[in-house]
Amino acid sequence: MQTTSAVNGANYLTYQGKYKGLLGWIFSTDHKRIGLLYLYSIATMFTTGVLLGLAMKFELLAPGKTIMEAQTYNATFTVHGVIMIFMVVIPGLPAVFGNILMPIMIGAKDVAFPKLNLLSWWLYVLGVMLVLAALLFGNGSPDTGWTFYAPYSFKTGTNMLPAIFGAFVLGFSSILTGLNFLVTIHRLRCPGMKWTKLPLFVWTLYGTAWIQLLATPVVGITLVLVALERIFGVGIFDPALGGDPILYQHLFWIYSHPAVYIMILPAMGAISEIIPTFSQKHIFGYKAIIASTMAIAFVGYLVWGHHMYTAGMSGPAQYYFSLLTFIVAIPSAIKVFNWISTMYKGSINVQTPFYWAISFIFVFMIGGLSGLVLGSLATDVHVHDTAFVVAHFHYIVFGGTGFAFFAALHYWFPKIFGRMYDKAWANTGWLVFFIGFLALYTPMFYLGLMGMPRRYYDYLEEFHSGNILSTFGSWVMVTGFVIIIVNLIRSARKGAPAEANPWHGKTLEWTIPSPPPVLNFETEPVIGENDGPYNYE
Amino acid sequence: MYNEVNNASNFVQGVDKAFLITIGISFLFLIGLTVVMLVFVYKYNKKRHPKATQIEGSTRLEIIWTVIPFLITMFMFYYGWAGWHPMHKPPKDAMEITVYGRMWNFSFEYDNGRRTDTLFLPVNQPVKLNLVAMDVIHSLYIPAFRVKQDMVPGKKDNFMWFEPQREGTYELFCAEYCGLQHSYMYTYVEVMKDSAFQAWITDTASVAASVATVESPAATGKRIMQNIGCFACHTLDGTKLVGPSFKGIWEETQTVTTGKEKRQVKIDEEYIKRSIYDPNADIVDGFQKGLMLSYEGQLSDEDVNHIIEYLKTVK
Repeated sequence: MQTTSAVNGANYLTYQGKYKGLLGWIFSTDHKRIGLLYLYSIATMFTTGVLLGLAMKFELLAPGKTIMEAQTYNATFTVHGVIMIFMVVIPGLPAVFGNILMPIMIGAKDVAFPKLNLLSWWLYVLGVMLVLAALLFGNGSPDTGWTFYAPYSFKTGTNMLPAIFGAFVLGFSSILTGLNFLVTIHRLRCPGMKWTKLPLFVWTLYGTAWIQLLATPVVGITLVLVALERIFGVGIFDPALGGDPILYQHLFWIYSHPAVYIMILPAMGAISEIIPTFSQKHIFGYKAIIASTMAIAFVGYLVWGHHMYTAGMSGPAQYYFSLLTFIVAIPSAIKVFNWISTMYKGSINVQTPFYWAISFIFVFMIGGLSGLVLGSLATDVHVHDTAFVVAHFHYIVFGGTGFAFFAALHYWFPKIFGRMYDKAWANTGWLVFFIGFLALYTPMFYLGLMGMPRRYYDYLEEFHSGNILSTFGSWVMVTGFVIIIVNLIRSARKGAPAEANPWHGKTLEWTIPSPPPVLNFETEPVIGENDGPYNYE
Repeated sequence: MYNEVNNASNFVQGVDKAFLITIGISFLFLIGLTVVMLVFVYKYNKKRHPKATQIEGSTRLEIIWTVIPFLITMFMFYYGWAGWHPMHKPPKDAMEITVYGRMWNFSFEYDNGRRTDTLFLPVNQPVKLNLVAMDVIHSLYIPAFRVKQDMVPGKKDNFMWFEPQREGTYELFCAEYCGLQHSYMYTYVEVMKDSAFQAWITDTASVAASVATVESPAATGKRIMQNIGCFACHTLDGTKLVGPSFKGIWEETQTVTTGKEKRQVKIDEEYIKRSIYDPNADIVDGFQKGLMLSYEGQLSDEDVNHIIEYLKTVK
C-alpha cells in the first residue's frame, strides 16, 4: 500500500502499483500509461501498414508481375487500408495524445472513467487480433479493399467475417473513447478552466468525440448487416436476393466520411498548439478556430454522397452533396489562414515540431485543394476511382494526420518520456521523409488525371514513368521513417533529461515535471482571470 | 490533365474548363499561402524578431477570409455543375448499345444483335450505353471522353451517354475494383467514319475487324486470355499449375491421352482449337481430366485465332 506522498513523488513511468512489469502497464488505468500502450500498439500497426504499402509500390515499379501475383496484391492493398484506417489513423491522435495530455491540459487527475479507458484499449487489441486472424487463417486474406463494397464482399471466397467482426470491435473501442472524453471535458475541468480557456487541442478532441459517439454506430450496424448477409443471405445489399448495393455505399460513407474528420480534427488541434508555442505568440482567432472546428464536425455529417457521384444517385442529390462539400472546405481554409496569421510578428523558434507543423500546412493545403477537384461534379466524374483519389486521400490522411502525429510526437516527446531527442537527427529524418512523401504521392495526381484507375495490379505502358517516381519516393520516405524511429527509440532511453517546459509553452502540461507525476498535479491547478493557454508576454 | 486528344467527346470542353478553373485557383492559393508562410518564418525568426507582438485576432479579417473563399468555392461549384449537367440528358436520337460487364470483361451488343469486345462507334453520333452488370459492380471509364459510370447489378435505368467527336482509338477501363483480374478489365473504343461504321455493323459475314487497330493480333490474343482468366491455371513461364504451361508449346510434340489411348500430337492450330472448344478430348500427360470447361459460345473463331497468334509468341 502506497502513501499519497509516495504516489505523488514517483513519475508515471517508474511508479510501481499493484502489478509489476508488463502487468503494471496492461492493467494500468493511468491515462498516461494507456496513452503509451496505444502509442506502442499503433506504432506497431503503422509499421506493418508501411511495409505492406512498400510492397505494393514495389509491385507497381514496372508493368506486369514484379514481385507478387494479382491475388496477393489485392489482399495487400485491402489489409494496408484496413490497418491504416481502422487501427492507425482513426484511433491515432485522440487515443495517444488525447489520452496522455487531455486530462493534464484541463487540469484533471485522469479521464472520467479510467477503467472504461483501459477497456477501450483492450477492445482495440481484440479488434486487431481478429483482423490479423482473418489474414493468417482461413481461405486467404480479404481482397475487397477497405471499403468492403457489396456485392463483391459477399461473392469473394476469402476470409471476410473475422475482418468484419474485427472492424466492428475496433468501432466500439472508438465509441467508448469518445464517450469518455466527452464526459471528461464536460465534468473534470479544473476551477477557472472555462470553455473559452480550453486549449484548442482539447476543443478538437471534443468535436471529434461527438463524431465518434454518433457516427461510429452506423458502421457497426452496417458491418452487422454485411455479416448477416454473408451468413444467412438476408438480401439487404445483394441484388441477387433483391437487395440494393448502393444502400451499402450510403451506410458505409455515412460513417466513413465523418471518420475522415475524426482523423483530421485532432491533427488540426495539435498544430494549433504547436504554432503558437514556437511563435511565442497568442493563437490568431481562437474563437474562429473553435467555430470552424464545430462547423467541420457538423457539416462533415452531410457530405458523404460525394463519394458516390458516379454510382447513380439522383441529380438533385448530387448537386446538394457537391454544394455542401464546397462549404465544408471553408472552415479548413479558415484554420490555415489563422495558423499562418499566428506566425505574423511572432518570434519564431524553428525546431523539429515546427518543421513538421509547417510541412503539415503545406501538404494539408495540397490535400484540401485537390479535394475541391473531387468535390466538383464534372471533374470528379473524370478522376473518381483513379490514382488521383489515392493521392488526395494520402495527402490529407497521411500528409495531414500523419505529419501532425509526428509533429505532436516531437512536441510532447520530452514531456512524455522526460528526455530530449537528438534534434539534428530528428530534423534530418523530417527532411528525408518530407521529400520522399512528395515524390511518392505527387505522381499519383498526374497518373489519375491521365486516367489510371486505382487498385490496379498491372497497368499500361503509358503509366510507367509516374509509377517509377512514386516507387522511388516510397524508398526515400521509408528511409526517413527509419531515421525518425531509431532516433526516438534511442532518445527515449538515453536522451538528455528534459526540462519541464523546454519549448516555453503556456498550456498546463508544461507547468508540471517531465515526465509527469502519477497524479499529474501536486495541488489542483486554478486558472485565474488573466491566465490562458496562449497568453504569452 | 489527360489532354492527348482534344475534344474527343462533347463533354471534354466543359469538364476541362472546370478542371482549369478549380486547379488554377487552387495553385494560386497554394503558392500564395506557402510564400507568405515562408516569408513569415524567415522574417519573424527569433534571431531577427526577438520579441513577439501579441495579436489575438481580427474579426474583420475572419469575415473577409470566410466570405471570399465562400464566393470562390461557389464559382467552382457552378463550373463543376455546368460541365456535369448535360451528362444526364441523352438526346432522343442517340444510338443505343447494351454493355455487359462481368468479371472480367466488357461486351457490347448493338441493336442488330452484333456483339464485340471492342466498342466501335461512328463519329459525331450521340451514343447511349445501357449498362448491365452481370455479377458485381463495375465502372465504365473512358478517360479521353471524360465519362465514367458505375455498372450496378440489378439497377434499372443504368446508362451513360456521350458523342464521340474525333476518329481514333481510345482506352476504356473498368474503374471500380471487381476482384482478381480487375486491372486487366480494359478494352478500346474505336471511333470511325460513319460510312466505315455502317460497313462494319452490317457486315454479317464477320470478316470485319472486331478488335481495335492499336493492337497486333498477338496482343489482342493475350488480352482476351487475360480477360477470360486463362492464366489462373496456365502459366507463361513453364511453371506447372492446374493445367500445362503455355511456354514454348507452339509446334512442340506432346504426349496426350485420347479416350483411353496414349498418343503423340504436334501442337498446331487444330489442336489448340480442340483444346479450347473440347478441352477434355485430349489430356496432356501428368494432368487431370474435367478441370476445364468448353469455351464454345464464349469465344468466337476470331478470338481463338488471336489466341493462337499469341501462343505462337510465347517462347
